[in-house]
Amino acid sequence: MMSSANLLHRRAVIGELLRDRGDLLCVASLGAPNWDITSVGDHPNNFPLWGAMAASVMMGLGLAIAQPKRRVLVFAGDGEMLMSLGALATIGAQQPDNLAVVVLDNERYGETGMQKTHTAHGVDLTAVAKGCGIGTALTVRSEADVAGLRREVYEGRGPVFATVKIDPEALPFVLPPSDGVILTARFRRSVLGDEALYN
Amino acid sequence: MSIGSTKALSADPAWPDEIYQVLKEAGVQQVAFVPDAGHGRLIRSFEADNSVRSVSLTTEEEGIAMLAGAWLGGQKGVLLVQSSGVGNCINMLSLPQICRMPLLMLVTMRGEFGEFNPWQVPMGQGTQPSLEAMGVIVRRADHPEHVTREVAGAAHLAFNTWRPVAVLIGQNVLGAKNFKEMTRK
Repeated sequence: MMSSANLLHRRAVIGELLRDRGDLLCVASLGAPNWDITSVGDHPNNFPLWGAMAASVMMGLGLAIAQPKRRVLVFAGDGEMLMSLGALATIGAQQPDNLAVVVLDNERYGETGMQKTHTAHGVDLTAVAKGCGIGTALTVRSEADVAGLRREVYEGRGPVFATVKIDPEALPFVLPPSDGVILTARFRRSVLGDEALYN
Repeated sequence: MSIGSTKALSADPAWPDEIYQVLKEAGVQQVAFVPDAGHGRLIRSFEADNSVRSVSLTTEEEGIAMLAGAWLGGQKGVLLVQSSGVGNCINMLSLPQICRMPLLMLVTMRGEFGEFNPWQVPMGQGTQPSLEAMGVIVRRADHPEHVTREVAGAAHLAFNTWRPVAVLIGQNVLGAKNFKEMTRK
């Protein structure tokens, strides 16, 4: 699971968090997190974003409120999270107990040429989450940490936040459907049943 | 009311309570808002309602994303913002547009009828064209007696045809405050 630079491989982390997922619901931000969740197997309970940067964490909150009996897991890139820091404050105020936000932090804007993000200059997203009142806020650097994060995502009391420090590797694209209508309809049908088609 | 008044047309309007009922009947279960005096009474009604989740935002576009998540999970919502906040929402409006999701926005207007603060004018005047440029269907309510009907119509349009719809509640309805007059008192 670790690279030669002793950093976690992003798709190995996601594979571990999404295996045996039960009825977990998953939202992923645009760019690499989208391709990553798709690389371990496209799934109707995934909502991979292709745009609307900064949407993923707040989508997770709305979904977690609407589906209180299910676990909701958001994968966000570090650029996405930096663009929506206010959402951490909103989640800290709301305290959804079934929501986990996992930031895949390669300290880079991967889609635009690997420019450094603020996390490469010492900005600590886990500290921000703690400061926003998110009780379980972790920085994940090892396989053992990933196992602990998996327990928090599936069994811990939310909101859960984790910064996962990952290797800035460029991986092959694995693309889900890009039509938002298809992504929305398949997700709603999977979660709500055929009834979703009639309203 | 003096002949030259810019105060609200009604000091105790019925529409905030009426649109609370309309939104309840429409099945709204999540309310996202950035606090605003014009929506004050409606926000208080929702906050007192345990069957609705009221979420105060740090910035308006958070609400667009939150209500998209709500829709994915089978709930309907409403976003309450001021006209200045519409400017923060522009790119996020891609989400309901491209995913054909309902979005109901109620926008209290500034920067138009009776405005005293010049800084409110650019976004106030840009609100409707900005929304329309992003494919949002816009309706206006410029009289207190029209607000409830416009909100009811917008809720039906949004939730039955899965589109972003905004109702702009005019400053003529809300009344324009004037800090300069207040400093003279």
